[in-house]
Amino acid sequence: MKRLMTRLRTGWARAKPFVAVPLGAIALAMFVASIIVLVSTFFTDTGFDPTKPFAVFIGLFGGAFGGIDKVTNTIVNATPLILGGLAVGLGFKGGLFNIGVQGQFLMGAVFAVGIGAMLASAPAFIAMPVALLVGTAVGAFWGFIPGALKAWTGAHEVVTTIMLNFIGASIVAFLVLGPFLTEGYSFARTGDLGNSGLPTLPDPLGLGLDRLHLGVLIAVLAVPIVWWFLERTTIGFEIRTVGANPDAARYAGMRPSFLIMLTMTLSGLLAGLAGSVELLGTSQYMVASYGTTVGWDSITVALLGRSNPVGILLSAILLGALRAGAGAMQIEAHIPVEIVDVIQAVILLFLAADVIVRRVFRIREAKGGIEAVGAATETYARKVAG
Amino acid sequence: MTEQAPALEMHGITKRYPGVVANDGIDLDLRSGEIHALLGENGAGKTTLMNILYGLASPDEGEIRLDGAAVTIADPADAIARGIGMVHQHFMLVPVMTVAENIMLGEESIRGRIFVDGAEASRRIRALAEQFGLAVDPDARIDTLSVGVQQRVEILKALYRDARILVLDEPTAVLTPSETEEIFGILRRLVGEGHSIIFISHKLNEVMAIADRITVIRRGRVVGSRLPGETSEEELAELMVGREVQLTVDRGESHPAEPILRVGDLHVRDDRGHETVSRVSFEIRAGEILGIAGVAGNGQEELVQALTGLRKPVAGSISIAGTDLTGASSRRVAEAGLSHVPGDRHRFGLVLAFPIADNLVLTSYYRAPFARGIARDDAAISAWAEDEVARFDIRTPSATALAGTLSGGNQQKVIVAREFSRDPKVLVLDQPTRGLDVGSAEFIHRQTIAKRDAGTAVLLISAELDEVLELSDRIGVMFRGELVAIVDAESASREEIGLLMATGGREARPDPLGRAG
Repeated sequence: MKRLMTRLRTGWARAKPFVAVPLGAIALAMFVASIIVLVSTFFTDTGFDPTKPFAVFIGLFGGAFGGIDKVTNTIVNATPLILGGLAVGLGFKGGLFNIGVQGQFLMGAVFAVGIGAMLASAPAFIAMPVALLVGTAVGAFWGFIPGALKAWTGAHEVVTTIMLNFIGASIVAFLVLGPFLTEGYSFARTGDLGNSGLPTLPDPLGLGLDRLHLGVLIAVLAVPIVWWFLERTTIGFEIRTVGANPDAARYAGMRPSFLIMLTMTLSGLLAGLAGSVELLGTSQYMVASYGTTVGWDSITVALLGRSNPVGILLSAILLGALRAGAGAMQIEAHIPVEIVDVIQAVILLFLAADVIVRRVFRIREAKGGIEAVGAATETYARKVAG
Repeated sequence: MTEQAPALEMHGITKRYPGVVANDGIDLDLRSGEIHALLGENGAGKTTLMNILYGLASPDEGEIRLDGAAVTIADPADAIARGIGMVHQHFMLVPVMTVAENIMLGEESIRGRIFVDGAEASRRIRALAEQFGLAVDPDARIDTLSVGVQQRVEILKALYRDARILVLDEPTAVLTPSETEEIFGILRRLVGEGHSIIFISHKLNEVMAIADRITVIRRGRVVGSRLPGETSEEELAELMVGREVQLTVDRGESHPAEPILRVGDLHVRDDRGHETVSRVSFEIRAGEILGIAGVAGNGQEELVQALTGLRKPVAGSISIAGTDLTGASSRRVAEAGLSHVPGDRHRFGLVLAFPIADNLVLTSYYRAPFARGIARDDAAISAWAEDEVARFDIRTPSATALAGTLSGGNQQKVIVAREFSRDPKVLVLDQPTRGLDVGSAEFIHRQTIAKRDAGTAVLLISAELDEVLELSDRIGVMFRGELVAIVDAESASREEIGLLMATGGREARPDPLGRAG
């Protein structure tokens, strides 16, 4: 027991520099959301209600984790966020801000369902992998474009990926209303997936896990794979080096332009996989005005998870839980689901302004002791010196 | 009035940072009309003390007195108002503005209500320059001036704000020997006119030459005060480091063999397309050190980048042991046996956010035994890293510590460990001891000699003439992109090299106003 305690304590000491700020940001966001809810009660028929914030969080928690069906709903909601978060996080590790996950997700999604519908009556062992691979490859291509533009012309990926998001959304509309349009429905949509849809995972104990599809497994497996790739391979080391210090990477004989293209392509690949999995596993078809916030939420996930694959997994589950619990909360607490967007936005705000979080919770910088002061004064001196 | 109060007294100054005492009860006094040298290694607390004096940090304990009156210095503006002027090691000048504009920045003479009175400022600057013998044209643009003249502008800037106490932080680091002589003349004239100067340095010979008094600090404490007439460089070095130090390198005899690195008629352009290296040819034999002296910015940087594959030359040839490597990539050059200790270690040499172990394999991570296929062998990496940390005496609790947490000397040891351990045929050392303390520099010099004796061809580029003179077997001088001379180290005199650095060996006298180009 005592050994367990000390082990927990040293574990916390090692993890604290990485998790303290995200946890603080979440706590502060809950606090801010509580105040908003509290103030909003002044304007309702029932009048001021100091218990309301608690009702919100109880409602959210119950809606997200209060039963097997609710938990599976949370996991299904988290699935595209895990892959999208990994996509953004991989970019961050390579020093690139891929804001284009939204577009890569949409492009992957529309090609996965489009091709999937065409293969609806082909054998499942062909139709399903082909649909998945095509969607993933298209996402990768949609990531390769801004990577190549940056490597060859220096065009900043933030600008190009935002542009490609708009182009991607327009291509979705074109494809759904054109080549992928299927007759026989009351509205414009892609066809049924048939054999191309992702199968659900086996549920031998009959727990009612029927909503968990193959994509959930893919997303969870992607976490250790991406971690291994970044931390344990030479190419991952090159990507991280370019991200941390491109000049040193050049000095060490690495090829930054190739690595920029590779990083963006892999990031797009993960985003395309997210879109394919979401559509082939959950939504099943696409409409011309298909709306999603996965691309944007993925950025929050990656920031909250500090680009660490395990952190991304946990962050995605948190955001998935917020989405999954929102409905139940609205019914029980009579607070609109949009409060979830507020919480998410405030988390992002506090992550960006982490100084505030550090001040409130008295968290020191993620370095320790004498060296940190030395390094800090040295950089300060250099700043002062010019 | 028999006993005039010192211009500046700092009493019992203590400044603590979490886990470290940067200044521990430091006493320092500066008499008016005195040059007081502050000597100490990097991290000894000189910078902290001066930051306190200049209002950039506030002391936890102790007091500051100016002319006998206790004061609290709130910020740099307050320090300036009290007559304290600081000349930083890196100049803070706007290159596209004129001398006069730079000097009056923030202190503009105003005509009417909105017009800047440039003529009035120029007049005042000329008067000041004449008074102190600082030859500067107020209407020249900063980027047309040599480094030595830019430094005079910095001093004028302080004088223009009526500074009586001047703090000069490593003022000679960027100067040629003749420029150093000039600045010493100016400093003597300044104290003759009643100014007081704190002269921060780690160069022992200069401190001995210019200071009236020398105070040595080590690990945040004053360890001794000496008069130049009553001490020696050896004693000062010992005070500074805390142990006996060998100041001159015992380089023994070199035994040069066959030529390894050959460079023929090399031309290199910088990022702006200017040819900064022209007609450079030389060869270095195995077991020989070729030193390149020269004022910073005379093409050394581009030469090194061309040799190490970071920049493509526009013409000429480079070969190592007979293999042509003109325009080859960094990776190919490294594979051919070239190791490179870069001049800017934070920009090129290290990834500060990575552990020491990763930095130790930065140029060999892709090869056995550190990689198998695409998988890194982390066990092999950390085992090797621990060996290197021990072998090169890198002071760190563990090889998993981030490189950014190391001191400058230890960071450089990481780079040296990595590059020297690759068993190179050619070793390119660019400013290998810049900013390092005496102890680390001594270590790196010994390692360099050991490599030479093991048969490596060494190219040493350094802005420190002393370093070049001490280590090299032959010395080349770079001037405006050309290698204007290569002389035998045995027969070379300091004065001869200094003159070549300043003039390129041409008859032309340097412009008295010091305009470059």
